[in-house]
Amino acid sequence: MADFGYSLTPSSRIDLNKADRETFGKLVKLEPDVLKCMACGSCTASCTAGVYTRTSIRSAILYLQNGREKEALEFIKGCMLCGKCTIVCPRAINTRQLVLSICKIYNLK
Amino acid sequence: MIYEGKRKIWSDYQKEIPDDHYFYVRSCIRQSFFPASERTFLDIVKNKLQKDFFETEHHTTCGGIAYHSDAIPQETVMTIIARQFALMHKYGYENYVCSCITSFGLYTETLETWREFPELEAKIKQILWDTCKLEFSKPAYLAHASDIIYKYRNLIAARAKYKLIDKTTGRPLRVVEHIGCHYSKMFPSKGVGGAEYPYVLTGMIEAWGGEVIDYPERRHCCGFGFRQYLVRSNRGYSLSNTHKKFESMEPYKPDMIITNCPGCPYFLDRWQYVISEMEGKTYGENGHGIPVFTYEEVAGLVMGYDPWDLGLQTHQVGVEPLLDKIGIPYDPETKYKGPGNKDLGQPERPSCLK
Ligand code: SF4
Ligand code: SF4
Repeated sequence: MADFGYSLTPSSRIDLNKADRETFGKLVKLEPDVLKCMACGSCTASCTAGVYTRTSIRSAILYLQNGREKEALEFIKGCMLCGKCTIVCPRAINTRQLVLSICKIYNLK
Repeated sequence: MIYEGKRKIWSDYQKEIPDDHYFYVRSCIRQSFFPASERTFLDIVKNKLQKDFFETEHHTTCGGIAYHSDAIPQETVMTIIARQFALMHKYGYENYVCSCITSFGLYTETLETWREFPELEAKIKQILWDTCKLEFSKPAYLAHASDIIYKYRNLIAARAKYKLIDKTTGRPLRVVEHIGCHYSKMFPSKGVGGAEYPYVLTGMIEAWGGEVIDYPERRHCCGFGFRQYLVRSNRGYSLSNTHKKFESMEPYKPDMIITNCPGCPYFLDRWQYVISEMEGKTYGENGHGIPVFTYEEVAGLVMGYDPWDLGLQTHQVGVEPLLDKIGIPYDPETKYKGPGNKDLGQPERPSCLK
């Protein structure tokens, strides 16, 4: 293929028609509060694990909503289930419980 | 739905466009990329519609490319613009219309800046007097040339020889309309339909028989972005923008694209070649691209101008399949013949794009 001296960055466009919304629907059934998240990031800011790993509940929720579960699971892998994020969430989402439910629905051990 | 309320909200998005008497300024980019578009515009408005449009050979570039590339400061650009306004004033016009979206954005930005900082306007007045011994007055009305074609869209439709319709099936052509960012994204009140619902091209497409496609990345920039394109190593940003748009519009199977900016038709057209060479991907039917047009070219086509007089042979993506679809006749033998039958030479064939 021709070399023009610059390259094409793959599109970051999210096509929700192609995303798996079914599994996310199951999560919503189990944890309806997940829809209340306003992406404020308080959970991420208060997370001890987040200092050393990529742990971020905010990002995980956002990626799950956009059907990008592989990336989403990377953001909860490091969670220690300490529950600090649950205390700070202004939307009173039980984020610790949410992490457990995500693991259950998305088969993350 | 409260109809009156909706009507009031929509009226905020409208733009009153004067019907006649304009001072017309050309675009340096469009002169080189789409040389026949401006000539077609002037022919339509002056000769076909008998309107008063005046142009002078003494006007210059607006300096927009240099300004947006950080090569010249704002005061310089403002002085260039003040000089154009002085010419308009000298020839007795009050309505100013420019062919270029970059210019339109810049004129609007300048007028708004002067409104907020009158001392800057006074400074430019002085600079223009010191350098050119000219005095200017601001236009009573500033239009972009696409506003004018939009205004006359029904007059053009009444004189149309062809419609944006597939002649064999009778299906309206699926048209992607792409609005230049500097038309109404910077100053929404200055464009027909504002930044959210720009209607300037949609109005033309509907009046001429086509069907507008609403696709997810419809309002995404073409990616020109001045510095992105001008520095070679940054061109990937520009290309990726266009690629994103094409990936998004592809499932809707567009027959054609209409634009109202100098950069957009150029990049939407040329990047289709680059994407095809890099990725082996084409977006039109049977290995063709999606033809991209300026609004004057489309106005010219529906009014029955010869496609080669409109300069369509300078496009990267071949327009013939679309001409066949509409039923517009053309002579393949004269495609690369200029005025006086002068041979223009033939471009090299791309390896992938038909
Ligand atoms: S429960 Fe998990 S995500 Fe929440 S603060 Fe503790 S380690 Fe971080
Ligand atoms: S603190 Fe609560 S609302 Fe804020 S991002 Fe985290 S989960 Fe969402």
